[in-house]
Amino acid sequence: MSILVNKSTRVIVQGLTGREGSFHSQQMIDYGTKIVAGVTPGKGGTKHLGVPVFDTVAEAARETSANAAIAFVPPPFAADAILEAVESALPLVVCIAEGIPVLDMVRVAAALKNSKTRLIGPNCPGIISPGQCKLGIMPGFIHKRGNVGLVSRSGTLTYEAVGQLTGLGIGQSTCIGIGGDPIIGTSFLDAIKMFNDDPETHAIVMIGEIGGNAEEIAAEFIKKNVKKPVVGFIAGQTAPPGRRMGHAGAIISGGQGTAKEKYAALRAAGIHTVQSPAEIGQAMAAVLGKSKSRLATKSATKKIVATNAKKRGKKRK
Amino acid sequence: MKIHEYQAKAILARFGVPVPRGEVVVKKGEAEAAAERLGTPVVVVKAQIHAGGRGKAGGVKVAKSPEEAATLAERMLGMKLVTAQTGPEGRIVRRVLVEEGLDIKRELYLSVLVDRAMGAPMFMASAAGGMEIEQVAKDNPEAILRETIRPETGFQAYHARKLAFGLGLSAELAHAAVPFMHSLYRAFIETDSSLLEINPCVVTGDGRLVALDAKVNFDDNALYRHPEFKDLRDLDEETPLEVEASKYKLNYIKLDGTIACMVNGAGLAMATMDIIKLSGGRPANFLDVGGDASEERVKNAFRILLSDPNVKAVFINVFGGILRCDMLASGIVSAAKELRFKVPVVVRMEGTNVRQGQEILRNSGLNFAVANGMKDGAEKAVALAGGAL
Repeated sequence: MSILVNKSTRVIVQGLTGREGSFHSQQMIDYGTKIVAGVTPGKGGTKHLGVPVFDTVAEAARETSANAAIAFVPPPFAADAILEAVESALPLVVCIAEGIPVLDMVRVAAALKNSKTRLIGPNCPGIISPGQCKLGIMPGFIHKRGNVGLVSRSGTLTYEAVGQLTGLGIGQSTCIGIGGDPIIGTSFLDAIKMFNDDPETHAIVMIGEIGGNAEEIAAEFIKKNVKKPVVGFIAGQTAPPGRRMGHAGAIISGGQGTAKEKYAALRAAGIHTVQSPAEIGQAMAAVLGKSKSRLATKSATKKIVATNAKKRGKKRK
Repeated sequence: MKIHEYQAKAILARFGVPVPRGEVVVKKGEAEAAAERLGTPVVVVKAQIHAGGRGKAGGVKVAKSPEEAATLAERMLGMKLVTAQTGPEGRIVRRVLVEEGLDIKRELYLSVLVDRAMGAPMFMASAAGGMEIEQVAKDNPEAILRETIRPETGFQAYHARKLAFGLGLSAELAHAAVPFMHSLYRAFIETDSSLLEINPCVVTGDGRLVALDAKVNFDDNALYRHPEFKDLRDLDEETPLEVEASKYKLNYIKLDGTIACMVNGAGLAMATMDIIKLSGGRPANFLDVGGDASEERVKNAFRILLSDPNVKAVFINVFGGILRCDMLASGIVSAAKELRFKVPVVVRMEGTNVRQGQEILRNSGLNFAVANGMKDGAEKAVALAGGAL
């Protein structure tokens, strides 16, 4: 398993024929994602990258029985694209665009509440279940299939964490970039709940950043309901208050949304926090090592202790 | 985007929000005539800068005659105003607002913003007007009233009544609050604001509600819908390097450290600042070059980073996704050759085409320190900048 996307995910690309849409769709196809339709108003009936193109999402959904969409449209038209996908009752929509007016997202958020659609993003890299489906712009090759679920507000910082995990031989069940905007479709809480219920996910990495209190809300849930180990990092420990740090949502305002507060909430929830972004992978390795050794037989535990001692001895030399 | 108080009030007035009569003055000698035209026994002279805390810092003064208004305005124009929000460097006052004095009975706090968790606009109100809402939130959080507006149905009269009665206003004032708040809400929506703050909103002796102060921040992402707001931007209120960076669509924020950083992606850029600090150094800036950085953009980014005289080392930390490491490396090399800088540069690259990228750096004949991982990179940069502080 995995969450939200897998081998049977059938994808509509909104804006397939555009520059970005073409580039990333080709990358997704190469990764093995099943792209079944594209939507570009006015180009219906044609084919692009070997994929049939339709004028509307409704038509594309009807003709291809797609169950997900990803929008590659510029920010001024992104809300429209999301709402069109919501209208077609697609279960999942990913929106990559950065720079959507917040009041557009207010309308989108209202529409999502009474819909069958889950939105990921906007201002995000998308979602990937390694080896199964890549619905986004992340570099596929850094991922490895496995049992760690990862959720993050950032793009490249997610790649950084994935790179560390894969480098240590730790695979991922699903990695979700939920996006850096103030209003997003899928929150930390939503993602954590899904990871908690997913049998293939054994542990979770949560990468937050300054601004808002979504990390605190998720931490509260983790404290009460999550038995799986969670490793947490918060970006922006050195960010000055009152300034937007690139992401529209990354701002400390009114003394709220600081990294310090978030770390405190994470720690109080029993999350294994790291102060350094370079230690996310190692922390997960340590956590997994511990939970494995708990299950291991005595002799196996001894073996681990012995190897660790050996390693330490080597380091001293 | 931030604007001045007088600009905010002009916008609010257009939507029917009552504001004091006033005139903005840029030259010494204009204040007296402005005060005379207002014709009230008392006028208020207010320094116009993009920062709060002006009152305590001496940027808001009451004058009992047009002559006194002239003296006060003359003193304020050109002065460096240091408030709790400006930082020690302060801001030069280039405009003052001369306003009619009002008979103030009560001061309230009122704002409209977007509630992130609810994904909807929200009113915030408190009876402690004139105080910073941050302080109220800290000391007495239950004194803050909140009213979320459903976007499907929009603002309703009961929203205003609930807030007004919650603040302990009389029935007459609660009645007056309905059009007042409705106008505020319309202004918020129609101007694509991210924050609209009236602090204080006053009750006058004759029973009116007036926006005595006004702060309006626009949503940068929606500015394309409001080309008329372009003229409201005051470049004097922004850091020159940040203005320069914004021309190239670079997300740059100047900080006070010595290690410049260039990163792709906002989250990784923040994390890079954090790891510089953890390694004993101090970041000189936040800089996200973006996912689609061209060679030209990298060059401009370099130029801006190096214009900061405090910079002693540059740390480039890139995780290539869409941005290919070989493209980035070519950009760095051509920038280095063109700009001929002496500051040491540490490069950490990972991701798409990393080998080709490292090859380009190695073959460039230039002296880059290549880092293995972001921790190593941060430590190398700190060492090259003269060691931990």
